[in-house]
Amino acid sequence: MTRPDPGGRRLHLALETDGDGAHPAAGQARSRAAGGAAALRGTVGDAEAGGFTLVTFADGPLPPRGGGWRPEAGTRAALVSTLTDRIGLAPTLHATVTEPFHLATQLASLDHASNGRAAWVVGAANGADAHATVGASPLDADALHREITDVVDTARALWDSWEDDAVIKDVATGRFLDWHKVHHVDAEGARFTVKGPLITPRPPQGQVVVLAADTLGLGGRADVALVRRPERDAVAAAAAAARDAGAALVFAEVEVLLDADLPAAERLARLDGAAPWQPAGRLRHVGSPAALAALLAGLARHVDGVRLHPAQLGTDLPVLTGQVLPALAAEGLHRPPRPGATLRDTLGLPRPANRFALAATTST
Amino acid sequence: MPDAVHATATPDYDPGAQVHLGVFFTGVGPQLIWTEPGAPSHTAIETFLDVARLLERGLFDAFFLGEGLRVRENQGRVFDLDVAGRPDAITQLAALAGATSRIGLVATQNTTYNYPADLARRLASLDLLSDGRAGWNIVTTDNAWTGANFRHGGWLAHEHRYERATGVVEAAKALWAAAADGARDRTVTRDTDLVRLRASATVPPSRQGRPVLFQAGDSDGGRELTAAHADVVFSANTGYEKAVAYAADLRSRLARYGRPADAVRILPGAMVVVGDTVKDAQDKARWLRDEQVSPPRAIAFLEQYWGTDLSAWDPDGPLPDIEPSEGELDPSRGTIAIEDRTGKLAQIRKWRELAAERDLSIVQLVREVSARRPPFVGTASQIADEWTRYVRTRAADGFNIVPQALPSSLTDIVDKVVPELQERGAYRTAYEGTTLREHLALPPL
Repeated sequence: MTRPDPGGRRLHLALETDGDGAHPAAGQARSRAAGGAAALRGTVGDAEAGGFTLVTFADGPLPPRGGGWRPEAGTRAALVSTLTDRIGLAPTLHATVTEPFHLATQLASLDHASNGRAAWVVGAANGADAHATVGASPLDADALHREITDVVDTARALWDSWEDDAVIKDVATGRFLDWHKVHHVDAEGARFTVKGPLITPRPPQGQVVVLAADTLGLGGRADVALVRRPERDAVAAAAAAARDAGAALVFAEVEVLLDADLPAAERLARLDGAAPWQPAGRLRHVGSPAALAALLAGLARHVDGVRLHPAQLGTDLPVLTGQVLPALAAEGLHRPPRPGATLRDTLGLPRPANRFALAATTST
Repeated sequence: MPDAVHATATPDYDPGAQVHLGVFFTGVGPQLIWTEPGAPSHTAIETFLDVARLLERGLFDAFFLGEGLRVRENQGRVFDLDVAGRPDAITQLAALAGATSRIGLVATQNTTYNYPADLARRLASLDLLSDGRAGWNIVTTDNAWTGANFRHGGWLAHEHRYERATGVVEAAKALWAAAADGARDRTVTRDTDLVRLRASATVPPSRQGRPVLFQAGDSDGGRELTAAHADVVFSANTGYEKAVAYAADLRSRLARYGRPADAVRILPGAMVVVGDTVKDAQDKARWLRDEQVSPPRAIAFLEQYWGTDLSAWDPDGPLPDIEPSEGELDPSRGTIAIEDRTGKLAQIRKWRELAAERDLSIVQLVREVSARRPPFVGTASQIADEWTRYVRTRAADGFNIVPQALPSSLTDIVDKVVPELQERGAYRTAYEGTTLREHLALPPL
């Protein structure tokens, strides 16, 4: 099954920026992570200059594997929001171990701070250790699915709780806002309720872009389904299924380790010598930049974008921006975002109408 | 500071004392004037960036963001007369951290409706990513009306709010200490009715060690929390006599906790009106007050107490002669102190007497009883003299400015008052350090 519009085969390119890279030994030689601001600025700045559509910031309530450091993802994304002007910023926030109201506020604020470039990778941490950080216990599969859908629905309702034209600044009557246009949402989840409205006015994009693994079963609640499968055919099949389930866009997850100072195979052998790179269920490309460009061009028949997980950010990112993205651009497969564009603009997603404004229009 | 100046300092007088300045940017509420033409957008990131850069130019210690976790209401609807709508504080300050290099970034964060480990982690992240410029202004709430936005709304009884706050602060400090001491196991466990968690530190210590802790509560519980844990107090005691009494009280509490008398910087909140002449300043203060208590706001103020719609009453006429509802005060305006939440009928009786005695209209009465008078109204030179006196006599270590109009409330201080303070040797002429802790001249951890 191919994309609905194979004529317009264009691939959005996302980059996962967490730590030193996807390989567990990524930080051995030269750690960019140590969690500090300089590495973060460097990685995101390079990704933007190289033409990536968006960067994602993986996260979790526990220390990363191996016991390193990891600052909270929303804070990382916010730091670079004022240092960039076109790349999308997508932190992972876990629906299971946060307050839905804080989560919605943080993402709306990121969208304001970035002038419309915020996205959310829906996290669903459900281990005993993750829940213990908030004094809670894991959920069974049904309860977990319900909780995640409840949190997404609540965040989306809160993002609509201020209509776009709620602030009127009417000096004659002294009214700063029109209270008819700022709404209680009365969200009712299985395990929580939220009154609303949000403390933050509607995000510039109307709704922050939501990315979620297809396996979370969010269907059309997510704007972008992230498909993680170990083989190309499986990716194609899952992409078609995700589209049928309502996802507007589908991105494939791809791990990459490229020829650089050393051939890719040799780099992999050295890294694996320190710690083996266990399969994580994603497509994996170990080889030349040209072969990666060809792989991605083939994927573009099935998916709208890819999220790349470089084995070592410090080594693989320069190859991606220096060789792979230019090769895709030359074939008309990729176009960098325009300065000042919102992420929805870049992704070709419409700015959603506000549910409350719509309700008012329908009822009159 | 030259050593010679230190030599002449006494416990009661320090001629080398420096004024520390912060800005408490509520971003919402009745004190903020929005009616002036050209007033900047209160939600645009550019407005916040302009303010932060202005404060860096003025060599301020810190920029504070306030917090309010529910949009204020009146009579069950969103209150429409005040500036409303604000960002998440930590997110916004991280965005500012990217575009600034010196200014301290202080987030007001509530201990009741945050998960302790998550809050500690977000604050540590801001601290690390700003290279040691973060602070946490610790506040509490018991308010179930606010809690309606959260998973466990209204779970905390009023009398337990500082017990919870202390537990949250101690858990946060334990997580930060676990990150700092290089131990392999960075796990912190708490298992009480008020604080339950098992979490590991995930963020390394910043250049200043951990976020600077601010506390603002003025109740006995708040003062105890300050004495036990805070580095800075955002005090409500701004008038000179009150400031002196507060400083003495705090120092005696600090002694009980075994902390030195100068372990906590005292920064009273301050509204400031600067004029070219005294009369100019007074006129400006009057104008601000009239804007802040506009006729529709005066009616809304009384509605809160009467518990009923008073829109038919003339703000320039006498007080409503109908009886107020029996119920106690509606908490939906957000920040009414506990002692003001009860006894409203007696309060209304007093207002009726005052209005009758002085023949006050509704708007005149409300201006009289509700307007917060700016404690510092005068020329830049007068204000600089006054502030220098506060710090030299150890009544305070500086002030936390509450702006009323943007950006003029702040440009007046940066461009007019700061140079006067510098002339008096009471204000830095360049940042000497890079961290918030260094700006505040707090002892290293």
